[in-house]
Amino acid sequence: MKNLVEVKNIKKNYGKNEAVKGISFNIKEDEILGLLGPNGSGKTTTIGMLLGLLKPTSGEILINGQKLEGNRIEILEQINFISPYIELPKKLTVKQNLTVYGKLYKINNINERIEFLSEKLRLEDLLNSITGELSSGQKNRVSLAKALINEPKVLLLDEPTASLDPEVGDFVRSFLEDYKKEKKISILLASHNMNEVTRLCKSILMMKDGIIIDEGNPKELINKHGRKNLEEVFLKLSRSKNELN
Amino acid sequence: MSLTRMYGLFLRHFYLITRSFPRVLDLVYWPTIQITLWGFISNFFATHTTYYNNAVGVILTCAILYDFLFRTSIGFNMLFLEEIWSRNFTNLFIAPMKIGEILTSLVATALIRALIGLIPAVLLTSPLFGISILDLGIFLFFLFLSLYLFGITLGILVSAGLLRYGPSFENIAWSTMFLLAPFGCIYYPIEILPEVFQKIAYLLPLVYIFEEARNILINQTVDIQNIYYAFMWNGVYFVLSIVLFYYSFNVAKNKGTLINMGE
Repeated sequence: MKNLVEVKNIKKNYGKNEAVKGISFNIKEDEILGLLGPNGSGKTTTIGMLLGLLKPTSGEILINGQKLEGNRIEILEQINFISPYIELPKKLTVKQNLTVYGKLYKINNINERIEFLSEKLRLEDLLNSITGELSSGQKNRVSLAKALINEPKVLLLDEPTASLDPEVGDFVRSFLEDYKKEKKISILLASHNMNEVTRLCKSILMMKDGIIIDEGNPKELINKHGRKNLEEVFLKLSRSKNELN
Repeated sequence: MSLTRMYGLFLRHFYLITRSFPRVLDLVYWPTIQITLWGFISNFFATHTTYYNNAVGVILTCAILYDFLFRTSIGFNMLFLEEIWSRNFTNLFIAPMKIGEILTSLVATALIRALIGLIPAVLLTSPLFGISILDLGIFLFFLFLSLYLFGITLGILVSAGLLRYGPSFENIAWSTMFLLAPFGCIYYPIEILPEVFQKIAYLLPLVYIFEEARNILINQTVDIQNIYYAFMWNGVYFVLSIVLFYYSFNVAKNKGTLINMGE
């Protein structure tokens, strides 16, 4: 399988603060890579660099074989992002929002694409609803539709099921699994929901203090650390500063 | 009544103010600008009571011109701020849009917004006050174009500040026009300003635009040089604003402002 994302020794400093201290990883096509770590470990900074919103202090990022530096527009055409911390304009209808983003991503058959996504994401009855009046679960599915409007090769997900009820959360996870399989895309999933990560990810990066402190598939990590589940592994690694030193 | 709780709430706002230079600036300059602007206007009318005798509507015409400038500038800022308020900012900046494309679309949208506000105002002045801004003739187009250019230039400068400093720069967005109003000589000739202020005013396109509007209405003559200087200074500031916007975008990419903008 081809690497769609190649991250080579990227660092990010904010003044004297080293937020990311030289990390490297790849994401293959048809792969979901979990990015775990406690708050302040450098996950958001890493995602920001992958999106071109942050300039790495050093290192290199390649998306689908192209360097991000110097090819920002071409690369942004191939990726997309969803996060509970960003929203779509609240006063526009769902269809208007999806149409706007369809235009921004220069999608040829916007109506067909919206129809396809609304069917897949159960949005048919919501297309004419005001986005700001939707429930959290509905907004989440609309954001997901926006994130897939350009048929991205690489999808970055930051807490994609945060604040969703179990049914909607399960629907979103199943959708992502199927979509990834069908389109052979790469997904980077940053999440604090360990069950979600265990279910979706074949491999995991564990970040802490700006470095990758462990990696592997969920089962391997659970066995390696002698814990019952991924949550316990997370807690052990998050609290292990003194032990590691 | 608990003094501690009240002090706690006071601290909540005090900390906010002391952590943000734009907020401190906002507190200081509003009273300063209001006193300066109305001081000059009062001074002018106290000493030149016959200046406007032969040109009824000059003040109203200048008010409409100033409002167009105000609407254009605020309109541009509003478009940018809307994205921050709706937490859509990150979505916009991860879309494959060139900075030039973002700016151009905002500039065009700001024009449409300003025209929507301007047309009813222009139409109302005639039946209500018997005055038509169209008395400025063909040169009205050049004056409006010049004001539009300066309005979007200010909008781009403020947006550059929002990119660089984040939402705390919002207060500046609302008040740039008031900050410049005393130097713009909107309602009085430049001679009314102290000499030091005159030197500053001559570096702005506004003074040439409003001097020329009064010149056409009062003297019924056209001084092309005023229009030329207005466009020259507009060109200088417009290029500077674009350069500053690109610079701010790069600074924001280094500092992480873009990723935290909606929070």
